[in-house]
Amino acid sequence: MKTIKEINERIKEGKAVVVTADEVVELARTAPVKKIAKEVDVVTTGTFGPMCSSGVFLNFGHSKKRIKMGGGRVYLNGVPAYTGLAAVDVYVGATAIPDDDPRNSEHPGEFKYGGGHLIEDLVGGKEVEVVGSAYGTDCYPNKGLRTRITISDLNEAILFNPRNCYQNYNVAVNLSDKTIYTYMGVLKPRLGNANYCSAGQLSPLLKDPYLKTIGFGTRIFLGGGVGYVAWWGTQYNPSVKRRENGIPVGGAATLALIGDMKQMRPEYLKGASLTGYGTSLIVGIGIPIPVLNEEIIKWVSVTDEEIYAPIVDYSYDYPNSTGNVLGSVSYGELKSGKINFMGKSIPTGSLSSYKKAKEIAGILKEWIKSGEFLLTEPIFYFPGQDSGYKFKPMREV
Amino acid sequence: MEKKFVMHFPPVLVDKPIISTIVRKYNLDFNILKAFVSPEEEGTLVIAFSGGEKDVNSAVSELKDEGVKIQMIESDIKMIRERCTDCSVCVGLCPVGALMMDKDTYEVKFTPEKCIACELCIRGCPTKAMVSTI
Ligand code: SF4
Ligand code: SF4
Repeated sequence: MKTIKEINERIKEGKAVVVTADEVVELARTAPVKKIAKEVDVVTTGTFGPMCSSGVFLNFGHSKKRIKMGGGRVYLNGVPAYTGLAAVDVYVGATAIPDDDPRNSEHPGEFKYGGGHLIEDLVGGKEVEVVGSAYGTDCYPNKGLRTRITISDLNEAILFNPRNCYQNYNVAVNLSDKTIYTYMGVLKPRLGNANYCSAGQLSPLLKDPYLKTIGFGTRIFLGGGVGYVAWWGTQYNPSVKRRENGIPVGGAATLALIGDMKQMRPEYLKGASLTGYGTSLIVGIGIPIPVLNEEIIKWVSVTDEEIYAPIVDYSYDYPNSTGNVLGSVSYGELKSGKINFMGKSIPTGSLSSYKKAKEIAGILKEWIKSGEFLLTEPIFYFPGQDSGYKFKPMREV
Repeated sequence: MEKKFVMHFPPVLVDKPIISTIVRKYNLDFNILKAFVSPEEEGTLVIAFSGGEKDVNSAVSELKDEGVKIQMIESDIKMIRERCTDCSVCVGLCPVGALMMDKDTYEVKFTPEKCIACELCIRGCPTKAMVSTI
């Protein structure tokens, strides 16, 4: 048994033993759990995939002649921002697209530029055009402005993503006779391909399946900088059925994340265009898992071959929420490039980059080893499997 | 020089060895990138011919005379490496294995020689790393 405090002492002394989640998987193939638990202090995880519930709060500061954009309209490079806040605070979400984007009027739409791309441009230090309009008040008389800003001109740029880091996810296939364009990518007809979206054995919440170490306030790698777990994520669903190794059979826990976007990097926050679907933001996340006891080593050493994802048809079952699952397949098989399913050999593709996930886990490992990144004790833990907390469908009356 | 073509063979020609006859006659090297026969028994072949420019052209016109429908693949597909995140979603889409994941480095590699310019990867790539230049 170790405590976070003890591990932090070792980190400060430069003595902590830190390994990435894929390295611990390899270690566990030969070394006994007891030995690894004794020797290793921290396991770092990583993931890098499109996460639509992401966005940024911006504060522009006040113009000389003041404007109350709150309740008015604001566009950044043509992308509409949410203005239902104070005078010069806005929120731009990853899926926001310009009013004049053709969308799916010519199906499948391209969705060339949206909130995700704007975030990438801001983080990359590019100049962005701001157009604001307002109704004018006695204290905020300005009714319209047009200016250009970079991230350094902003007072705050707070990345706040209400749902990131899905614990496990569907494998999308298409049983219909025509190509479909989904948030899981382009799916060719008659099981022409199968797309998945998880870093598998490197993915943060698959390595701490019961969230025994991750909670409110956990310090993490977010978008190339430092961020924090801000809450449990929307659609959090801890009661999903699990296999013996604790891995949920489908999407389960999620996290809300927050961090100062000014210290993040465009390599780890990238705009995405999902043909026929819309725009998104590809987010790089790394979460450290303290090795507090032997049980944690059991969780973190779970391999791609032992993590299964549900196969779901996106031509009918997903759009109509039938709940039907066609089967399940391991990430080991998915990563081999082909799965055998329904008598067919189906080529696979991932929306989540394993290479980048590995890179992120590696960077976080270096941060910790160098003593600059200390672990945090969560302020509180999130509702668990037996809490009764459930993700409900919409009430339609 | 090398040129790539998509060739459609009507059912009557599917079983005939016309390609081998033609390549021998004009002394061409060839590389079959993809071949399949539809349920209606029409054959489709994606093939690269290399040899003298005149020989390639003569071979193509002779095949056309035999009743083979031929389109040349003209667009040139490129990968912009800096935009690629190595996600691999294009790998499952590519019908000819021109996009493959290196199993050791997890890097997605593009082999232009295999590409038949179907442009599926262009639609499928979330970061617009695959582009067509005509
Ligand atoms: S265009 Fe793209 S998907 Fe089509 S063959 Fe070339 S690389 Fe493969
Ligand atoms: S889909 Fe695009 S980003 Fe992903 S591996 Fe292919 S080229 Fe790279």
